Amino acid sequence: MAQKNSKRISIVPFVIVISFFSLIIFSQSIQAQTEQEVFDSVQALIRQAEAADIPPAPVMKLQAVDNPNDKGGAIIVSWDLSVDDAEVKAYQIVRSESKDAGFELIGEAVRGNNTFVDNKVEDGKSYFYRVLSMKTTLEADNTVRAVSSLQATVEPVVSSAQWFYMTRASCLFFVLLISCAIIFYINKAKSGADIYVRKIAGIDAVDEAVGRATEMGRKIFFIPGIQDMNDVQTIAGIAILGRVGQLAAQYETWLEVPVSKSLVMVTARETLKEAYTQVGRPDAFNQNQVHYLTDDQFGYAAAIDGMVVREKPATIFYMGAFFAESLILAETGNAAGAIQIAGTAMPSQLPFFVASCDYTLLGEELFAASAYLSKEPRQLGSLKGQDFGKIIFMAAIIIGVIIETFTNYNVSQYFKVK
Amino acid sequence: MELLGIWVAALLTLGIFSFLYKDNPVYKICESIFIGVSAGYWAIANFFDALHKKFWIGVFPTDGSDPDYFLWFGALLGVLMLMRLSSKIGWIARWPLAFIVGATAGLYMMLYFVSNAMNQVSSTMRDVIVVNSDTQLIIWGETVGSILIVIGVVSGLVYFFFSKEHKGIFGRTARVGIWFLMITFGAHFGYTVMSRMSLLIGRIDFLFRDWLHLLK
Repeated sequence: MAQKNSKRISIVPFVIVISFFSLIIFSQSIQAQTEQEVFDSVQALIRQAEAADIPPAPVMKLQAVDNPNDKGGAIIVSWDLSVDDAEVKAYQIVRSESKDAGFELIGEAVRGNNTFVDNKVEDGKSYFYRVLSMKTTLEADNTVRAVSSLQATVEPVVSSAQWFYMTRASCLFFVLLISCAIIFYINKAKSGADIYVRKIAGIDAVDEAVGRATEMGRKIFFIPGIQDMNDVQTIAGIAILGRVGQLAAQYETWLEVPVSKSLVMVTARETLKEAYTQVGRPDAFNQNQVHYLTDDQFGYAAAIDGMVVREKPATIFYMGAFFAESLILAETGNAAGAIQIAGTAMPSQLPFFVASCDYTLLGEELFAASAYLSKEPRQLGSLKGQDFGKIIFMAAIIIGVIIETFTNYNVSQYFKVK
Repeated sequence: MELLGIWVAALLTLGIFSFLYKDNPVYKICESIFIGVSAGYWAIANFFDALHKKFWIGVFPTDGSDPDYFLWFGALLGVLMLMRLSSKIGWIARWPLAFIVGATAGLYMMLYFVSNAMNQVSSTMRDVIVVNSDTQLIIWGETVGSILIVIGVVSGLVYFFFSKEHKGIFGRTARVGIWFLMITFGAHFGYTVMSRMSLLIGRIDFLFRDWLHLLK
């Protein structure tokens, strides 16, 4: 027992000493760590304070040029970003008519942007530009302080208008080429040459559709779309209306044209009047055949739906530009049992017409229909000239794809037009 | 007042929906209100947008800017258009009409030519064999997609070629073109039906939430 007690006494001082030294070392390390942290934070504050006073590096390669291919009144200012772009809050653009004084702020470009278009300049006047790389810092008293460095243009810049939009030169070339082809084929058609136009099923069905209405003793409705006369599809639709009007006059069938635009009403009346006159039935024309409903898209659709359900026309033509009302109209006509012929160049509406009409003129068939119906030399020659344009573009695509695929030459750039 | 508006809107919506059953007097009333109100709205909107904002303010500016004298030409065309109200000089109305149609055709020619011809051709001219730049392996999905685009555009153009009968190889290519068109229409159909469903859901949401307060 005694031996055991003496052993226990001898261990205690060691434990105490070791604990003491451990405590000292531990406390010293904590102190050192705290001192290091304080030192680091002070250093950081010093760096921050120094950084707050240092403006970001200026932009490089600043240049200002007249905006090309425009009607004047614009100068493009561009630059290479500051190397401190990440710190920049905004690039401020200032302008003066004098090189050294009188600069005024005209705009800002946010970080990462290296272009600014000055649209508030007068043609013929000289302007100098400066771009400031600016950053802001929050002061201890919560005020914002901005520091910036600047880069200035040396030469004055003058804006001017250009007569030609030169980036569209390739467009001009192809328009001239196709125009020459059209003129050539028109002259050829006028000289009596036979111009072939392939069969268009939807147009061939026009006679049959008008004949059906005559046999049934019911009306024909012609819907020229909801766009105004500034849409080529409406113009094409009105051209087809002329042919339908001739047939309706010959067969003495009532043709009704509800419209949604006043100008379309005027044009449709003129067209129908002429069509009735051409077939020797001017007396049969009644201007109430063409009547206005409303400009509103769905108001127009609701009105036609009501007319179709109540009057049950035998034939309905939809020729022109249509939007969301296309299916509402065509489905109602289909439910009413009318033979329906549609034609539009609106890609998003063609599916509905294809689904619910008996015949549909797809896209360009609508524009070709007029030539197909009239067989008039000018229109036939024009159609042939457009086909020439399609050959040119088909050839360009095939050759272009081969070149792009098997060489490094970027040929598509010559067709890209802004 | 807002409550009254919601009730009127809800009853008119139901009145228009009643057409789904069959044509009926309620639908006729709603239809007539719709057409009358919209025609009146557009008449007023056109008056203020065209005559007041565009012409009157343009010719007699109140902000000190220079008057735009070209607007008088537009006003003259408008007056000529009204000549059709006279049986004797009604033919004059054809002049402004001819101007509108001609000027529009000219203005839109470049717009359509750029978007439908030049840029379409430019976008189709592509490297049809798409290779991963890192691994140098062919990306088959994009390659097949590019080839289909080229075939679709060329065969579609062949379909819209009117000067030659669709026979033989030409006819078969046109046939491919119409297949491409029909597949595109199918995709469009599905997409648009979805958007129409969202319109219907919007109306039903209005009826159940704003009118009946059955939805929170």
